[in-house]
Amino acid sequence: MTHLFTNLRLLDPEAGTLEPAAVLVRYGVIAEVLNHGVTAVDGAEVIDCGGHVLAPGIVDIGVKVCEPGERHKESYRSAGLAAAAGGVTTMVTRPDTDPAIDSPETLEFVTRRANEAAPVNVVPMAALTKGREGREMTEIGFLMDAGAAAFTDCDRVVTDTKVFSRALTYARSLGALVIAHPQDPGLSKGAAVTSGKFASLRGLPAVSPMAERMGLDRDIALIEMTGARYHADQITTARALPALERAKRNGLDITAGVGIHHLTLNALDVADYRTFFKVKPPLRDEEDRIAVVEAVASGLIDIICSMHTPQDEESKRLPFEEAASGAVGLETLLPAALRLVHAEMMDLPTLWRALSLNPAKRLGLPGGRIAVGAPADMVLFNPDAPFVLDRATLRSKSRNTPFDGMRMQGKVMATYVAGSCVYEAN
Amino acid sequence: MSFAHRHLLGIEQLSQSDITTLLDLADTYADRNRQPNKHSDALRGLTQINMFFENSTRTQASFEIAGKRLGADVMNMAMQASSIKKGETLIDTAMTLNAMHPDLLVVRHPQSGAVDLLAQKVNCAVLNAGDGRHEHPTQALLDALTIRRAKGRLHRLSIAICGDIAHSRVARSNILLLGKMENRIRLVGPPTLMPSQIDQFGVEVFDDMKKGLEGVDVVMMLRLQKERMDGGFIPSEREYYHRYGLDAEKLAHASPDAIVMHPGPMNRGVEIDGTLADDINRSVIQDQVEMGVAVRMAAMDLLARNHIAAQPGAA
Repeated sequence: MTHLFTNLRLLDPEAGTLEPAAVLVRYGVIAEVLNHGVTAVDGAEVIDCGGHVLAPGIVDIGVKVCEPGERHKESYRSAGLAAAAGGVTTMVTRPDTDPAIDSPETLEFVTRRANEAAPVNVVPMAALTKGREGREMTEIGFLMDAGAAAFTDCDRVVTDTKVFSRALTYARSLGALVIAHPQDPGLSKGAAVTSGKFASLRGLPAVSPMAERMGLDRDIALIEMTGARYHADQITTARALPALERAKRNGLDITAGVGIHHLTLNALDVADYRTFFKVKPPLRDEEDRIAVVEAVASGLIDIICSMHTPQDEESKRLPFEEAASGAVGLETLLPAALRLVHAEMMDLPTLWRALSLNPAKRLGLPGGRIAVGAPADMVLFNPDAPFVLDRATLRSKSRNTPFDGMRMQGKVMATYVAGSCVYEAN
Repeated sequence: MSFAHRHLLGIEQLSQSDITTLLDLADTYADRNRQPNKHSDALRGLTQINMFFENSTRTQASFEIAGKRLGADVMNMAMQASSIKKGETLIDTAMTLNAMHPDLLVVRHPQSGAVDLLAQKVNCAVLNAGDGRHEHPTQALLDALTIRRAKGRLHRLSIAICGDIAHSRVARSNILLLGKMENRIRLVGPPTLMPSQIDQFGVEVFDDMKKGLEGVDVVMMLRLQKERMDGGFIPSEREYYHRYGLDAEKLAHASPDAIVMHPGPMNRGVEIDGTLADDINRSVIQDQVEMGVAVRMAAMDLLARNHIAAQPGAA
């Protein structure tokens, strides 16, 4: 069970390097990183990587798999296959299922399903409050024992600050990470798009981008009060960035993420009421998009995720206001993220820190890095290969991608989990 | 005469010459509608279905009369009482009707963009009779025809649109149309009823009504949309009337020959003084209703010609 990966460029986000190398994998673990001149090692099967880039697999925080409840939209099997094809070696799954994953029993069911069906690692998150209703905290201790990596009510804001502060305080005592959706729920109520000229022209109910900063400001105050470990799921506006920067500078235990769609699309992409572009929070103006990309490049925003949210055709083929929010992203995350590199807004190691190293570190997972002893969860990809995305080719059960028909660059050649190949491009 | 459109979904898609073509034809229908014999055969043999997902008496009646005067077979469907109550989706309803081969579909829907969505799924010509807060193109066209007949032109006029701009599809369509025809547009109303960044639409925004009306040629009042008022946009109707209701005193700031318009139905004593609304020297509100039929006849006539020309086997 020893493999030698040769003829590759090794992308090491920790060292910030992209250089020719060879990698020796033994029993599913990275055993040695060798000089690129090494072409054979005793007893090792050689895998010629064709000169492509070998990187730690993507760790995607916030994947929605619709089990239990809506398996017709996405199952652990279909999501796992999509993840493998997209170079995602660890899916950190959301608890906003129906019913919510808010008890150790549900979590155990989900873990069992995931282990049976998905070819990649699945790390579940659990709800912060029962039924995600914002009233009573879940059994955070039991859920951690059952394997919950973090606690979140997903896109529902815990509006009662007393409830939220108690949950944060309790979570802190256990060292649990709380992930929240920074948004002022009053201001954003009923909104389908971001306010501005476009929203006014289309006559759609809109929310000011300020609602995000208000939500973040509130949460920062509560973290300062409670000392909890906190991650903002999606920071998508320029106005929220100074608050985030200050909170980090003041030493709070805070990190932030952003979904791939907010890094690559803007509010105008909705065009003539295209519901595949309806996401939560809504797509922002171009100025916000650029500010957020720059924040990823500078490290202020730590994590990029796909915010994979499967919706069936029936949920999307409705008038815009009524249509469900969300887009699938597991299979398009890598080529979409490479747009930022091709646009010269950041380099590959920087991008990869946000895709693999930082999410793994934040959740205390062993993957996300190329280091001796780390699991051989890896993706081999050609960053330049061009293609036109056809949503019919997606492996997800739901194919609600906004990238249908778009030109993209970057193709996954193979994906390895614990040294085993779980996907290979034909 | 050219009007190269399959549907009439909004003013946004129309050019200046499209608008002129439509208004010129509507002008002839307006004259004909005053004759004893109002009938024409332009839509003979064609089927027109009026689908109203939102209550309407005036617009629906106007479309129905317009279709009948052109010889179409007109059917009204009160969608609120029908299959949507049974859970059928908008698209399924559209597909079902489409299978009955209508030629013209007139649609009103409470959601912005719903008429666009429906138009993508059917083979006939679709007329938007109002979608959410988005557009109400025939209203803007009838307003334009009314202005043109009263003022003798539809360009270089100073026009104030007053009241609840935020919730109004009439305002959006009028801003687009009057802008395309090169008029000066002023929007007057409390800031809570202004859409965000509306100043980027080439309009001037006023929250003081007297200043906003200074010297204008046309005063266009909007209905205060009480049914969309959950959330305290204004403190009270009486304060609104005091600051933004049109009365003789405020109208005195407009040009002496300014006309007063209202798309109806009016809230007398909320956005407009009753006496003023009835003053035949200033108010053209009844003319608007009359022009509504003519404009809808013209729009359906033009779309039907394109629809027939696009049929397989058409000469």
